[in-house]
Amino acid sequence: MKRFLTFKWILTLILIAITGYLYSRDGVITTSVVATALIFGLPLALAAMVGIMCERTGIVNIGIEGTLLFSSFIGFFVASTTNNGVFGIFSAILAGVVTGLFLAFMSISWKMDQIIAGTIINILATGLTSFLYKQGHTAPTTSPIDIPFFSNIPFFGQVLFMNGPLVYFGLVVIFALYVALYHTSWGLRSRAVGEHPGSADTAGVSVFRLRYLNVALAGAVGGLAGAYLSLELVGSWDRGFTAGKGFTALALMIFGRWNPMGALAAAMFFGLAQAITNQLMFADVAHIPEQFVNMLPYVLTIVVLAISAGKVRPPAAEGQQYEKEQA
Amino acid sequence: MSALLEITNVTKTFPGVVANENISISVSAGEIVALLGENGAGKSTLVKSVFGMVRPDSGEIRIKGELISPGDTSGAIARGVGMVHQHFQLVPVMTVTENIILGDEPKRGIFLNMKAARAEVLALSEKYGLEVDPDAFVEDLAVGTQQRIEILKALRKDVDLLILDEPTAVLTPQETDELLQVMRNLAASGVGVLFITHKLREVMAVADRVVVLRNGRVAGSTSPKETDEEGLAQLMVGRNVVLQVEKGDAKPEAATLVIRELHVNDDRKHLAVSGLNLEVRAGEIVGVAGVEGNGQRELVEAICGMRPRISGEVLVSGEATPDMHPHKVHSMGVSHIPEDREKHGLVSSYSIEDNLVLNQFDREPFAKSWIRNIGALEDNATRLVEEFDIRTPSIKTTASALSGGNKQKVVVARELSQDTRVVVAAQPTRGVDVGSIEFIHNQLIAARDAGAAVLLVSAELDEILSLADRVAVMFGGKIVAILDAKEAERGLVGRLMAGLSA
Repeated sequence: MKRFLTFKWILTLILIAITGYLYSRDGVITTSVVATALIFGLPLALAAMVGIMCERTGIVNIGIEGTLLFSSFIGFFVASTTNNGVFGIFSAILAGVVTGLFLAFMSISWKMDQIIAGTIINILATGLTSFLYKQGHTAPTTSPIDIPFFSNIPFFGQVLFMNGPLVYFGLVVIFALYVALYHTSWGLRSRAVGEHPGSADTAGVSVFRLRYLNVALAGAVGGLAGAYLSLELVGSWDRGFTAGKGFTALALMIFGRWNPMGALAAAMFFGLAQAITNQLMFADVAHIPEQFVNMLPYVLTIVVLAISAGKVRPPAAEGQQYEKEQA
Repeated sequence: MSALLEITNVTKTFPGVVANENISISVSAGEIVALLGENGAGKSTLVKSVFGMVRPDSGEIRIKGELISPGDTSGAIARGVGMVHQHFQLVPVMTVTENIILGDEPKRGIFLNMKAARAEVLALSEKYGLEVDPDAFVEDLAVGTQQRIEILKALRKDVDLLILDEPTAVLTPQETDELLQVMRNLAASGVGVLFITHKLREVMAVADRVVVLRNGRVAGSTSPKETDEEGLAQLMVGRNVVLQVEKGDAKPEAATLVIRELHVNDDRKHLAVSGLNLEVRAGEIVGVAGVEGNGQRELVEAICGMRPRISGEVLVSGEATPDMHPHKVHSMGVSHIPEDREKHGLVSSYSIEDNLVLNQFDREPFAKSWIRNIGALEDNATRLVEEFDIRTPSIKTTASALSGGNKQKVVVARELSQDTRVVVAAQPTRGVDVGSIEFIHNQLIAARDAGAAVLLVSAELDEILSLADRVAVMFGGKIVAILDAKEAERGLVGRLMAGLSA
């Protein structure tokens, strides 16, 4: 535990040092790369929050990919037909809640295997969105908001304070989730349910209700991530365009040890890797075939999982049905 | 005076089993009622109904005259019911404080107020004289301490009725005595106590009234003044039970199991067995007495090849046994009745006939080269089920369908039916009912009389004292004393177990 902690800090320091050095060499490019890292990393971070909220209460959610795909589609579809971005965002969040409730229904009420339940969501989302999708539509997208004063700070201003509204909102959600998980009774109860549901149940906490609540809330966060993808980051929608982000998020969640801050850091690292490769391609520095570049996130996922294998401990009751009555 | 707790005609069935049938019991304020019964008699189900963990099919449960709705745990808590659960309901990765406040957390605004929580835990611990470290993580604590946390958790709200479900199963004699004293103090302050156990000594020591359950029904109600341990046992089992083990004198021969300077680590890589020496002779039972967590489990696993030895050796009939090779150790004539039968003794989803040959399925007569001989398997199972009185619908039934006592009989049958030179029995009667205990004890004595060296590890001091020919007291990873059965007196052994010098 201690060793891992120092490893984390050393890594952080190295990253800061490298960024500082690069900034001194070329401020404009470095700033834009780091800013891109944030906007690439954010959907992964939000998607990892979905996993954290579910697994901390003991529900495995491998349907995050499906949630992202479905909610980004619904968000885009509604924004496009009503020509109203705000409607789109709320519909996306609602769509996320629907997938969350569906997962909760299958895995808590029907006591289905949670892996299968998640897979069903993924397949359903892929099929449904591909079927309903029609090419050639456009939708209004959000535009960046500069935060007065803060946006003038060199480097940090452009990275943190000149973003679209959903970036700010997403970051707030992540920090709020972190505080809630460790400093509120909701968080204490959620973690207890994920580790040892009996302990919560015998203390008068309804395992059933709390699991439902958290999986649904997680769906809302997933919907936010979906809205961000189609209405802010990309500004359009295409079949299968979430490209495995939901699965990468699961790896980030594990690497971040089911801690929102850890997962956020891991997502930012991923975002940075992607931003750097983009920059290298754009500047024509590296002549790497595109396929290899596109592989990068997945290769990193494998590396990350290999590094953290055996070092992390998932919530103990993860994936298990809770049976209140036992003989 | 109206009763504190009134259970009227409660019936509860699980698929295929009637756990409770028309049970009526009452508990008054300031009264200690012991609920006694064999495993599977329905004791836990009944108290879980009171605490809202189980919904009875029919019947009424009233607390202070108020009807409680079935399955409403928070309602039961709100009406002043506290419960100490048989399987600890604690989150291992959380602190003592977090565990105790769970469900009703002190808050400041929307945030947890951990300072207030910590102070509350300290005050609670002070009030009841149960010492705990509020900042310790539960997983790092010994079972006795975890038990204290469970009790504090139950007592946190001013309870009127305290339910304890087999609270003494994991405690040392001293800890048990302390707990019994806590129960007396609570009763004296007006709390009603409903106390589940199958240890007769405790019932005699503390109960005002005893209700005995058998097969889901009330078999009788009595009080320690009106009866004795034999009478209670008879009521529990429904027939005469010989509590005192009858055995002839041991005729020990040469040392069969020799352990020299054994060092073994526990799961957390701390030294659990440190330089242990012990000899068990053919034809004797050596009982290892000790508070749980003093290296007994590691000792047993190292002998049987299930845990790496750091140094030292284990000899069987003069021959060194291999490290980390359970199958070879077994084939050298070492039988093992493991502490955790669900994990190491049985494959729950396998049939009884398969479980009975788990460590010899690949040998004659159960297999010829790589083809199994189903006929031999069935003959073996039929014979053992008969011989060891395993109560099962059929030899094809899966082990998971059996009761605890019968599961243990399957393990005992498998291990003792083979030609064995050494028997290592770890907690052989844990969670097993009185009738089966009697049977298993007799089987161990039979193995001894047939010339096996028996090493018995048990947390039940009574079991050690009644079975062992010699008592080895284990403390801090070492054998601190070896006593002859005649000189091993309860108080003395208890003091040695606690690490005090005799």
